[in-house]
Amino acid sequence: MEKIHGSDQILLHHVLSKTSDEQKHITEEKISMLRRQTVSKPIIYIGSTTSSHVAGSKKTLKAVEEYRQEMNVDLEIIEVGSIGLCSLEPIMDVQLPGRCRVSFQKVTGDVVATILDGVLNNFLPSEFALAQYRNPLHQPWFNVPFFDDLPFFKHQHRLLLENCGLINPESIEDYIAWGGYKAFANVISNYTHEEVCDAIDKSGLRGRGGGGFPTGKKWKETLSIAANQKYFICNADESDPGAFMERVLMESDPHLIIEGIAISSYAVGANKAIIYTRNRYALTVIRLEKAIQQAYDLGLLGFNIFDSGFNLDISIRKGPGAYVCGEETALIKSIEGKRGMPNYKPPFPSTKGLHGKPTVVNNVETIANVPHIINNGFEWFNTIGTKQSKGTKLFSVSGKVNRVCLLEVPFGTPLSKLVELAGGVPEGQKLKAVQIGGPSGECIIPEDLQTPIDFESFKNKGLAMGAGGVIVYDDTVCIIDMVKYFMNFIKHESCGKCIPCREGSQRMLDILTAISSRPANSDGHGSLERFKGVILLESMAEVMRDTSLCGLGQTASNPLISALKHFKNEFEEHIFERKCVAGVCRNLRIYYIDVEKCTGCAACAKRCPTNAIIGTPRSPYFVVEEKCIGCGICEEVCKFSSVFFK
Amino acid sequence: MSGIDDIILRHSHATRDSLIPILQEIQDEIGYLSEESIVAVGKLLNLPTSKIYGLATFYNQFWFQPKGKYHIQICQGTTCHMEGAFSLIDFFEKKFNLKVGQTTRNGEYSLEIVPCLGACSKSPVISINGILYGSITAENLEEILEEAART
Repeated sequence: MEKIHGSDQILLHHVLSKTSDEQKHITEEKISMLRRQTVSKPIIYIGSTTSSHVAGSKKTLKAVEEYRQEMNVDLEIIEVGSIGLCSLEPIMDVQLPGRCRVSFQKVTGDVVATILDGVLNNFLPSEFALAQYRNPLHQPWFNVPFFDDLPFFKHQHRLLLENCGLINPESIEDYIAWGGYKAFANVISNYTHEEVCDAIDKSGLRGRGGGGFPTGKKWKETLSIAANQKYFICNADESDPGAFMERVLMESDPHLIIEGIAISSYAVGANKAIIYTRNRYALTVIRLEKAIQQAYDLGLLGFNIFDSGFNLDISIRKGPGAYVCGEETALIKSIEGKRGMPNYKPPFPSTKGLHGKPTVVNNVETIANVPHIINNGFEWFNTIGTKQSKGTKLFSVSGKVNRVCLLEVPFGTPLSKLVELAGGVPEGQKLKAVQIGGPSGECIIPEDLQTPIDFESFKNKGLAMGAGGVIVYDDTVCIIDMVKYFMNFIKHESCGKCIPCREGSQRMLDILTAISSRPANSDGHGSLERFKGVILLESMAEVMRDTSLCGLGQTASNPLISALKHFKNEFEEHIFERKCVAGVCRNLRIYYIDVEKCTGCAACAKRCPTNAIIGTPRSPYFVVEEKCIGCGICEEVCKFSSVFFK
Repeated sequence: MSGIDDIILRHSHATRDSLIPILQEIQDEIGYLSEESIVAVGKLLNLPTSKIYGLATFYNQFWFQPKGKYHIQICQGTTCHMEGAFSLIDFFEKKFNLKVGQTTRNGEYSLEIVPCLGACSKSPVISINGILYGSITAENLEEILEEAART
């Protein structure tokens, strides 16, 4: 700690609440500067996460830099995280001295100059303006809503996402200025291990990975075991397709995770912590690595932290990609350098985990709650949520919605609210179902959407919470296609240890493929066989659920069973009428030729593999339905777009 | 081989724990896991080559043949699937005359299907040499390929 000087020292004293009277003024000034309460020159904030990079925020950044150089204006550019509105990215904020920080949406590289020209001259290009941050010290912009007035933010309870999109994720100073690491400093100097575990236990925090196991209980178990080495693992292996909550959280506020890990490790007495994240999340890894390094530099990690005698090392492991490694025993195997195959439990990892030592595995979202609970007390946490599920839950809503977004709502909010906040389904379409929890979750029909989000009420309804990925289906989505997609995913990701899961997923996929493809001959016998297959699906799902070792196999049939329950008629249509109403199952399509548009060029007839298209040149052609195999070649080759399918 | 030697040297006191990180480093260095590199890692960690190969094939990340100059990854997340990622696979397979998991003969292109890349707002998403491109349609695909070729 002796090495740390100057401004870092001030921050450290602030963290430890040891600010002396003469330092008080400087500290306050520094904090206010870091919080950007008073700024001396315009600041441009650019949302920079993986999804905004896809949307083109790198080009936006470049355009701003070019603008700065070209116009020779004094601007500060800061990269921030995401506020959760992924569909409106790239998002750029501008803060002028004395004015409220205002956000602009869909700022691609080519409109940067227009916006900056306007804003820097006190004129607001309202067509791009999204909202402004409320701040009593700043003069608000006319005619721009405040963020907390927007329905999207008004109905959320942003606890974990508080800093996301607001602060610079690559700066530990920003995080400290907004109250960061205070909880850790408090815990390490004033709490015993038991007291931390107690506080978390009393807060009623439950694992957010899907299981909902009380976190405090898990910790206490590990704490009570005597061992020369304990480990803490942060499960950040978010491989649920369609879920991106953890990625956004880690990219937007990595220090929150680091602080959460530090407190949790202290609570269970672990001095080695590992973050197991995905190799594909390149930016996440970079930001986490940076955050860890900064924490080390400031003496928040490492040897004898704050002279408390507690040591902590955090390292990052990049998961090489396996869905099953989200399961804790499989994850531990993967860290040990083995195939990620789950083990039989008990013994639970909390007693015998990594290298046979007691290990706590917690989800990122769970860990992110910990600093907040310590800061505000468990009584406060108890007031959020429902009786048995406390706190908030992150959801990423994607699929057929107007606004793909990341949301944080308190437990007890009805599911329909999520769809509503995401802007509903595209215009002209009808909401068909909501798939919650990815490949191991159920699809929920609109009538059931009033179910409050809560571990107990989900359990009563026979639903699984999952990690929080919500996929919305509208009328253009074929339920069989989606079930097939999830089954294909499970088949691919099954580790192969248990036969029911390994073989069952393959057979289920076979049956589903048979349903969604055109039979070789169209006699009634074939339909009957396929119908028999569907009946087999149900019993097979039961066997898989009962006899698989881990959650992957046990829940693999959830999407299928729920789809069978709610969309029986769609299955029947596929089997008996060989029709896919949504037009997604390509093998069931029958093509037709529009008589008005067809010029009789015969391009399609020449290419048709089954000679199903007949006619005479220079007059409209015709498809023989019985012969059409739905390959779609005619649609591809037609230059007059006269081929369509039903 | 020099790159691999360096990596092996850096991990000279490694245990099995570091097996996956070592393999990842090798893949980052040369783009895939060559036969020699697996043998070398086996010697380092005192593990049979078959074990290492078995482990590497278990995970999605590892490749066992050289990647193309342009490594194209197609996201198969749920939203991308709904927005028609399968037709993208068809398109690339036809265009470059290769199957998923292969590299073209001239070593120009290789194709891989990856689970969700986590950029669902701009689906369907592809990644060319690690740079992500979103909202792919039949129209802008050629443009994106050209852009990738430039950078």
